[in-house]
Amino acid sequence: MLHFQRWKVILVCAVVLAGIIFAIPNLIPSAALQGLPSWIPHKQVNLGLDLQGGAHLLYRIDEKDLVEDWLGNIRGDARETLRSNRIGYTDLSQNVSAKSVSLRIRNPEDVDKAFTELKKLALPVGDDVFGGFSGNDLEITREGDKITLAITEVGLNERFGSAIQASIETIRRRVDAFGTTEPSIQREGRNRILVQVPGVSDVQRLKGLIGETGKLEFKLVDPAANAAEVAVSKKVPPGNELVYSSDEPPVPYVLKDQVMVSGENLVDAQPGFDSRTGEPIVTFRFDQAGAKRFGRVTQDNVGLPFAIVLDNAVISAPVIREPILGGTGQISGNFTVQEANDLSVLLRSGALPAKLTVIEERTVGASLGADSIESGKKAAIVGMLLVVAFMFVAYGLFGLFANLALLINVALIFAVLSLMGATLTLPGIAGIVLVIGIAVDANVLINERIREEIRAGKSPIASVDSGYSRALITIIDSNVTTLIAVLVLFWLGSGPVRGFAVTLTVGILASMFTAVTVTRMMVAFWLRWTRPKTLPL
Amino acid sequence: MFRGLQLIPADTKIDFVGQRAITWFVSAFLTVAPLLLVATVGLNMGIDFQGGTLIEVQTKESPANLADIRSKISGLGVGEVQIQEFGAPDEVLIRIASLPTEEEQQASIAKVKEALGDSVEYRRTEIVGPTISSELIAGGTFAVVVAMIGIMIYVWFRFEWQFAVAAIASLVHDVTATIGLYALMQLEFNVSSIAAILTIIGYSLNDKVVIFDRIRENLRKYKRMPLVELLDLSINEMLSRAVLTHVTTFLAMLPFLFFGGEAIYGFAVAMCFGIVVGAYSSIFVASPMQLILGVRREAFAPSASPAKDKSEAPARA
Repeated sequence: MLHFQRWKVILVCAVVLAGIIFAIPNLIPSAALQGLPSWIPHKQVNLGLDLQGGAHLLYRIDEKDLVEDWLGNIRGDARETLRSNRIGYTDLSQNVSAKSVSLRIRNPEDVDKAFTELKKLALPVGDDVFGGFSGNDLEITREGDKITLAITEVGLNERFGSAIQASIETIRRRVDAFGTTEPSIQREGRNRILVQVPGVSDVQRLKGLIGETGKLEFKLVDPAANAAEVAVSKKVPPGNELVYSSDEPPVPYVLKDQVMVSGENLVDAQPGFDSRTGEPIVTFRFDQAGAKRFGRVTQDNVGLPFAIVLDNAVISAPVIREPILGGTGQISGNFTVQEANDLSVLLRSGALPAKLTVIEERTVGASLGADSIESGKKAAIVGMLLVVAFMFVAYGLFGLFANLALLINVALIFAVLSLMGATLTLPGIAGIVLVIGIAVDANVLINERIREEIRAGKSPIASVDSGYSRALITIIDSNVTTLIAVLVLFWLGSGPVRGFAVTLTVGILASMFTAVTVTRMMVAFWLRWTRPKTLPL
Repeated sequence: MFRGLQLIPADTKIDFVGQRAITWFVSAFLTVAPLLLVATVGLNMGIDFQGGTLIEVQTKESPANLADIRSKISGLGVGEVQIQEFGAPDEVLIRIASLPTEEEQQASIAKVKEALGDSVEYRRTEIVGPTISSELIAGGTFAVVVAMIGIMIYVWFRFEWQFAVAAIASLVHDVTATIGLYALMQLEFNVSSIAAILTIIGYSLNDKVVIFDRIRENLRKYKRMPLVELLDLSINEMLSRAVLTHVTTFLAMLPFLFFGGEAIYGFAVAMCFGIVVGAYSSIFVASPMQLILGVRREAFAPSASPAKDKSEAPARA
């Protein structure tokens, strides 16, 4: 009991020392920390969104939107295939709920050929990490003269995967433009994206920027149609469409279906000011293909208006004064400076593959976060003082040993959290306090056991020895059961709750070390040093 | 040298299990009454489980003009709205009932923020859509059940099935009693309540395992002692430890009730309550259940060394 092997003593001291060293940066304000030399540890515990303020937005990618888009493409591909093979067809239609496109072949003799040709549209999907083949993205079936192209489950999953990947990248570019530090954007489950942005204050604007699809199209205005009349009668001429502007009240426009140039051909967009009016505008530049197409169309339509359409709303409809051949242009639409800025971000970041809907939003203002830190700190410190005082009253010197171990325990929690880059939340602070209770329990168990052994007439050293070894079984059993509940909490929870589970887990593990090993060593050294006839317990 | 005060005398001989006629009744009441309370009064379900919108604002003037805020929002047609003071006189909580779709929720909050404009500072906004709220209910229930099963398996593995059953029964008691507290005080029941319940489960079980450990030890030690006596002896031996541990944990948690702020108040109330209820159920539910379940001594006895058999009386010199 009294003799620890030297390497053990050194190891324990090293762990305790390292714990203290890595916990210290958390006591120093981060501004002061910047000025210190680089060999001093700089890592602090990350504060959760509930403590530093920020936005937690959970988006769902619109499945229907994505399926409709894809069915549209399949229809186009089928049409193209049959046309190039000179096969006549009718009844080309899509069924969104069945996720399929179907058509009938006019001439029964062509059905076989059509079937073989259409089958080529199905592409294999490599679904797993090893690139294994897990099926085709389309399933093509025939029934008499009817051929059906249905989207398969694996195909849909693959689409989801890539749509989410693309959305995450687009969102990242948009959030980065917002200028906040360390946003986190990640996939959640099958069709969700979790966006966490610390320290953001204007959440409405952030949501506007992330949620906008950002699909930009340039279309010609049909000069023959009277937009006001069409808006009333709803009789849109074939090959045209009715689109409203984003003004209040909305102005109707009759546009030609065909897209002149789309946002995919955009290489850059920047906010700026009109040199003549001083009004905020967005300037843009097309890539080569886009510039060529835009030049050709504008050349053919001088004097006529065209519309700049963003997410099915007309932003502006200027008249083409002269052919625009340089591939650059500007959008003006009574913007404020901020609107022009946001629009340019939107255009630069590219369009989202499908609509996103916020299904969960939790935002905390910076002032509430600061208040929470303050109250959490206060409660934790008061709680800790109460515990320390109580332990001293209950156990005297052995209480002091336990208290010292408790402080080391708290230091270790902060050190591990800092090194792990874990997040401290308000429930996490409560978790630390709970750990204090659990850590103290270990010492209570040990001290009570030692008292029992003393009463049984054992010598001080023997009492301490069997007190520790017998209490240890109980301590392990009771902590493992607590850990089971906490691990479930970690697996279930998100955000603040998960932070609670993390601090509790780290704390319980650390407490096994501090409350058992560290106090045992302290007691052993004290026994060796004083050789007491009776234990002060 | 200060040796600390012996707060609980070492030789208490309280017949806890002897009082089981009364305590069974109390325990049954604590288990059943909350269910009736939930069925009649109901839980104050937070938006986590019900869906909806919650906006916490701080007004520029103090106290806040609730009537003014109400009039600004009532005309917006966003459905059922609750407006109340929250924590401080200049802090107001606005709750909007759940709307059928997420898009409508987003539209409603945009309208509210536009109507209130810059007259307030937004401290917190929470919007939980219908999809998420039903997932959270399922997830929360599932988590509590999984935790219980995991614990049962561990206790079964480390002790005997009787102990596992007793542990689960007393945990069910703790959980329903805690839910009853939420219903009685009309505290908001949300995801952090589930966290509180899981934590109480963990903490309470910790306590049960400590007592089980001692029961097991005493079963090996005193082969012929009647079970009622043995249970009481075990509880009494661990009484000092139980009191000290629960008092320290309670003391550690208590300041969160007073200084922790509104965000953690419900959690702190539940934890403080859970500490007390857990302590109760260890002594009055988990231990006497061994009588009903009939724990087998042979399960623990054979491996014990013969030396221990000599001491038939409690080891107190």
